[in-house]
Amino acid sequence: MSESNNNAGRTGETLLETKNITLSFGGVKALTDISFDVKEGEIRAIIGPNGAGKSSMLNVISGFYHPQQGEVWFRGEKRGPMKPYEVARQGVARTFQNIALFKGMSTLDNLMTGRMTKMHTNIFWQAIWKGPAEREELEHRERVEEIIDFLGIQSIRKTPVGRLPYGMQKRVELGRALAADAKLLLLDEPMAGMNQEEKEDMCRFILDMNDEFGTTIALIEHDIGVVMDLSDRVVVLDYGCKLADGVPDVVRNDQAVIDAYLGVSHES
Amino acid sequence: MLYREAGDFKTSYAADQQTFPLKLDRWFVWGVLAFAFLVVPFFINDYWEKSVLLPFLVWSMAALGLNILTGYCGQLSLGTGGFMAVGAYASYKLMVAFPELNMFVVVITSGLITAMVGIGFGLPSLRIKGFYLAVATLAAQFFLVWLFNKVPWFYNYSASGQISAPERTVFGVAVTGAAAPSWATYLFCLVLVVVFAYVARNLTRGRLGRSWMAIRDMDIAAEIIGVSPLKAKLSAFAISSFYIGMSGAMLFAVYLGSAEPTEAFGIDKSFLVLFMVIVGGLGSILGSFLGAAFLILFPVLMKNIMVGGFGWPADLAAHLELVFIGGLIMLFLVVEPHGLAQFWRITKEKLRLWPFPH
Ligand SMILES: Nc1ncnc2c1ncn2[C@@H]1O[C@H](COP(=O)(O)OP(=O)(O)O)[C@@H](O)[C@H]1O
Ligand SMILES: [Mg+2]
Repeated sequence: MSESNNNAGRTGETLLETKNITLSFGGVKALTDISFDVKEGEIRAIIGPNGAGKSSMLNVISGFYHPQQGEVWFRGEKRGPMKPYEVARQGVARTFQNIALFKGMSTLDNLMTGRMTKMHTNIFWQAIWKGPAEREELEHRERVEEIIDFLGIQSIRKTPVGRLPYGMQKRVELGRALAADAKLLLLDEPMAGMNQEEKEDMCRFILDMNDEFGTTIALIEHDIGVVMDLSDRVVVLDYGCKLADGVPDVVRNDQAVIDAYLGVSHES
Repeated sequence: MLYREAGDFKTSYAADQQTFPLKLDRWFVWGVLAFAFLVVPFFINDYWEKSVLLPFLVWSMAALGLNILTGYCGQLSLGTGGFMAVGAYASYKLMVAFPELNMFVVVITSGLITAMVGIGFGLPSLRIKGFYLAVATLAAQFFLVWLFNKVPWFYNYSASGQISAPERTVFGVAVTGAAAPSWATYLFCLVLVVVFAYVARNLTRGRLGRSWMAIRDMDIAAEIIGVSPLKAKLSAFAISSFYIGMSGAMLFAVYLGSAEPTEAFGIDKSFLVLFMVIVGGLGSILGSFLGAAFLILFPVLMKNIMVGGFGWPADLAAHLELVFIGGLIMLFLVVEPHGLAQFWRITKEKLRLWPFPH
């Protein structure tokens, strides 16, 4: 996977930049003065021990948490305080560490919901259905079917997702995020709790997504081995602070990182 | 294999997502509709109108409305009776103020007015959920009934405090008032229910319906995928109240003819509709009809058997009926918590595989 570690050729402009983000909950500092950027077309990893502040970082980017200090820049513009659905409309999609699917809906409907921000027919056309609403539905159905093919989930298209096994649910959640055709895809531990085979599938999907659709991805991952293979650049957090930032080979040999991972374990 | 989809392959996404994907189902639905529109009006009599068909249609409309809010959007409401009262009083004021107005316009406008009120009472849902929201809607229920009792303007200062529906027409045919023929009141309600059931189906299968279900299933994820909780919840309240308002207008103007808020639109009505939706199936259009049928028609059937068949005293029959229906509701909740609609789906799945068990 040597070429994926060479970000010089494939990545472009800065898509997202966080500047000096500080976030605390009461007395607990979850993030301290974190700055990093995500460039267009790259796979960016955020790693660190449990409780390091990785999920908090994604929650800041997707608008769930509002940091006490710092700025988020997206596509060259400084972002004001935003609600999560406004962030989504700007073109950011994500998955959650704990699966957050719409359990009562089918796989197909979950993915169709992913296209929410791109559907616009008004309520009167929707009430009539025939005409613009149906046309729009079919148009988006086509894109969703492409994603269903890509992920190989044709057979569970009509199954309520609550009935699917864990690994499949993770895949559907990825599909829902992918269906948004977002400019930036945030994946919070996409491989957590998976067996080896499922992990390999997931890795392949992430790489293919990045290759075929050119999707920019920022992902959190626990398994440092997987991260090194997958990502173009890695940022390492520990206790809410940034330890290191750079291409995998550099980060791997960073003394602070080695200490954090091999030294005292923070896992709870 | 009596009932199956073999040979009924879908070659386009449009065919795949139609309401009744199976040919047999489609024929069945068209058959029922043809019967309801073309046969029933010729044979309907006063008994069938007043005891069976009108109540079934009116309460189906209410159940459709509550199902949108509670079944699809996951917002529990105990204010149904109060919202029906809004529809009823709106229709009364409209009928009195504009005697020439077509009754369809009256009912739909009453629905729209109720929708506005529904949005107002839906505002707390932006902050509170579940049990607490139910309590807030309960407050709406009591407030609205109190309001219609207290403010004489709503009942045009009538001495009794009641409202009664004057005779009003649709294209020259009376559909309200004592002289309205059975076939006309029946067809009037049937048209409204069929049209708006179709609309409900369309709204719930598209973007709007998905935004409701997304909020219901996982509101955090809904937001991250681009659903505005404010829009989703308030639109559910608005559209649900629209349906419930229309059902209130139909109940008062077409079915009852006169009404008094405490009795016609009390909290027991809120629970009645909630039971319909739960027994029929949350998040199912068909379920709304099955639930209404069960809670309206079953008591009629039981009464006929106990009073007409066995000659038991009417008050004993009424009490037994309550016990029996209550017991059946509990049984249903235990055996099939997803309601009659799910029961029907499973039966169909079994029929499809019949005679092979697997
Ligand atoms: N909503 C919250 N309220 C209070 N503390 C929080 C909240 N979210 C995260 N934290 C705290 O912030 C720190 C970082 O958590 P998190 O971002 O979930 O770590 P990671 O994803 O790296 O495991 C932890 O100490 C956690 O307890
Ligand atoms: Mg985390």
